[in-house]
Amino acid sequence: MSKKARADKEICVACGVCVRACPRSAISVFKGCYATVDDESCVGCRLCEKSCPAGAVRVEVQANEK
Amino acid sequence: MKSKKWYDFFWIWSILFFSLGFFNILFAWLGLFDFMLPLIFAIAGGNKWFCNNMCGRGQLFSLLGSKCSRNKIAPRWMYSKWFRAAFLIFFMTMFGIMIFQTYLVFRGASDVGAAVKLLWTFSVPWEWAYTPGLFDGWVYQFSFGFYSLMLTSTLIGLLVMVLYRPRTWCTFCPMGTMTQGICRIKNR
Repeated sequence: MSKKARADKEICVACGVCVRACPRSAISVFKGCYATVDDESCVGCRLCEKSCPAGAVRVEVQANEK
Repeated sequence: MKSKKWYDFFWIWSILFFSLGFFNILFAWLGLFDFMLPLIFAIAGGNKWFCNNMCGRGQLFSLLGSKCSRNKIAPRWMYSKWFRAAFLIFFMTMFGIMIFQTYLVFRGASDVGAAVKLLWTFSVPWEWAYTPGLFDGWVYQFSFGFYSLMLTSTLIGLLVMVLYRPRTWCTFCPMGTMTQGICRIKNR
């Protein structure tokens, strides 16, 4: 099991605060619409979660890990 | 720590804008960059690069908010779709009224009101920054109107920065709502 950040596309305002907060450049704003997470780079540190003003980014436990 | 880029210092521009307008209201015109650039990025590039990287106001809120913010997630309604849309409509209506007042001065139907209106309600005398004679009256009227708009929205932003998370303003910023809407349409 590992922890990965997830952004809620419906809530995300695409402000990019999470992008600036991420120390591993694992999160980006997809075409100005919403934030997306690269699972390969995300270490679940929660810095993005703590910075999101709308609470749209949350770190979740991924159960179906290989 | 990520290394700083040249566009990480636009918070200085944000402070400079209000400082310059304090001495001469004509500098308010420079604020149009903050209106035009996000739209150009969204329409031409289909992205929110301005909001994400070079919004001076957002950077200022991040900076100040890192020291003085309760760091609470904003109430659900504040970043709901209806509130964001309603705030955008309200903001654009106020912008329209400001343009109309500029038009009235242009037509000679009204005199320049040398005051800054805060929160669309409180008139604050600002005569010291008014230097008539250089341009037509409507140029000054637009300056006062636009400066009022910028100052008002920054004050609201500072309030929600303290109450909630540093960049809570971004959740209902009219420019942000508009550019995200444009990007969503473009990338459908």
